[in-house]
Amino acid sequence: MASPTVAELQQTIEKLREELKNEKQKIEEIKGTTKRTRITQMSSEVVDSNPYSRLMALKRMGIVDDYEKIRDFSIAVVGVGGVGSVTAEMLTRCGIGKLLLFDYDKVELANMNRLFYQPHQAGLSKVEAAEKTLREINPDVEFEVYNYNITTMDNFNHFMDRIRLGGKVKDTPVDLVLSCVDNFEARMAINTACNELGQSWFESGVSENAVSGHIQFVIPGDTSCFACAPPLVVATQTDEKTLKREGVCAASLPTTMAVVAGFLVQNVLKYLLHFGQVSYYLGYNALQDFFPTMRMKPNPHCDDTHCLRQQRLFQEREAAKPKQEFTEETEEEVVHDENEWKIELVSETTEDEAKAAEGDKPQLTEGVTVAYTKPAAQAEDSTDFVNATEMSIDDLMSQMKQL
Amino acid sequence: MVDEATKLSLAKIPLLKTKAGPRDGELWISRLKEEYQALIKYVQNNKEADNDWFRLESNKEGTRWFGKCWYIHELLKYEFDVEFDIPVTYPTTSPEIALPELDGKTAKMYRGGKICLTDHFKPLWARNVPKFGIAHAMALGLGPWLAVEIPDLIQRGVVTHQEKKDSGAAS
Repeated sequence: MASPTVAELQQTIEKLREELKNEKQKIEEIKGTTKRTRITQMSSEVVDSNPYSRLMALKRMGIVDDYEKIRDFSIAVVGVGGVGSVTAEMLTRCGIGKLLLFDYDKVELANMNRLFYQPHQAGLSKVEAAEKTLREINPDVEFEVYNYNITTMDNFNHFMDRIRLGGKVKDTPVDLVLSCVDNFEARMAINTACNELGQSWFESGVSENAVSGHIQFVIPGDTSCFACAPPLVVATQTDEKTLKREGVCAASLPTTMAVVAGFLVQNVLKYLLHFGQVSYYLGYNALQDFFPTMRMKPNPHCDDTHCLRQQRLFQEREAAKPKQEFTEETEEEVVHDENEWKIELVSETTEDEAKAAEGDKPQLTEGVTVAYTKPAAQAEDSTDFVNATEMSIDDLMSQMKQL
Repeated sequence: MVDEATKLSLAKIPLLKTKAGPRDGELWISRLKEEYQALIKYVQNNKEADNDWFRLESNKEGTRWFGKCWYIHELLKYEFDVEFDIPVTYPTTSPEIALPELDGKTAKMYRGGKICLTDHFKPLWARNVPKFGIAHAMALGLGPWLAVEIPDLIQRGVVTHQEKKDSGAAS
């Protein structure tokens, strides 16, 4: 085959240049016509061009009194993966005032079985990609994004500051923190921060097998914090062999994640805009379509000292509230007048013995029972521990180096 | 699952007393001392048992740790950089040990080369707060991980032997 002449090549280049110019122009045109501008006042006007008309209609339907108030709220979303990204999108579309996004992960093609991110975003940081998309959806929302791991020392302090000062009005706290992370360390870090600050937050999660999930509303001191109930395997001393599973890659489904994100944002809206009842715990079992709800009280023996402090503060606030009068209805005890054969019920163990064996039992809601009581503290052999040392850290560091 | 050899070496690592994380000021200093003591003892034990397999050091605050670990397979030594941060919630949550150069080479890793430990390690760790420290994390976490993963990585040709300057540590 004969190779093309220079003239032919020049012609091709010219043609391609022309095509490129046309394409560029098209993109500019699309951008110009579809890019939505900022809206200063939410309007209820029913026209095709009003992005808020369907939301404002909630007022006319008698569900929400004052929908515009949503613009005053600021929410921190920690983790913008399968659940967090959808959560952030829902809040953006609802016209939330401000979003703070935290994540240190990058978009990967392995994320494409979930919603929100698109293949062309692979390689970008998740917060960066999310901010760009969300701004295009709704430019009225304010954004702060942080591409870091919240569990390390430096970042944690900054993270706490942003919760404390990241509100819609400068230097006020955010209204809610939403945990959409995928690991225990990050959840504990959020729990620590929120207990210290007395910040209300929602925990959310989807199981590793992708067929169950939950959301939990934590009001420090009032409801159970994340450290109040340690994972069951820890508390019951379950043999970890029972946890063995093949492979380590967690499964995920866009469906379960979207359901959990939906539950999460629904409860956020109910809490912020005062309609309906907020669920304190809402479980989702996808295999049976079972949705248990309950309210969990904080654990008076919680490991987190700030949780205990918040519990004391909460009790004080409750005590200071004007008391409501309760009229207790007592049922009359049934007394049998006759006992001809002198029959009595006698327990084999005394009440005291039974109590001692059971240990402290938390107060639980109806239908919920404890899976375990805390095992008694065991005496430790002190010879197994490190001895007190006179050496300084520097001495120890250099000793380590010399090994 | 912990094999007998790991159990034995684990029993010889001194336990820690102070429950304190990097945000706890003076208490953290005490904890850090205990960490170093336990680590020094563990490395000494390893040397005595002719099973020396890692070196670690930390920044001044003891919040960031780095060093090397190595694994002998068919008489060849394979060496890797180790690093991890002490999380703010330490010791309630364990450190997440990472081997960055193996990132993306095995499924048994999280982003950034953090080795996957969830199955057995985390429940065991949580049950032993605050007695377990970095030395225990190395013995129970990284040690068994290397023993399982490195031979597999070598077999798959993902990790190949490189002549490295002898650091003098593997005497």
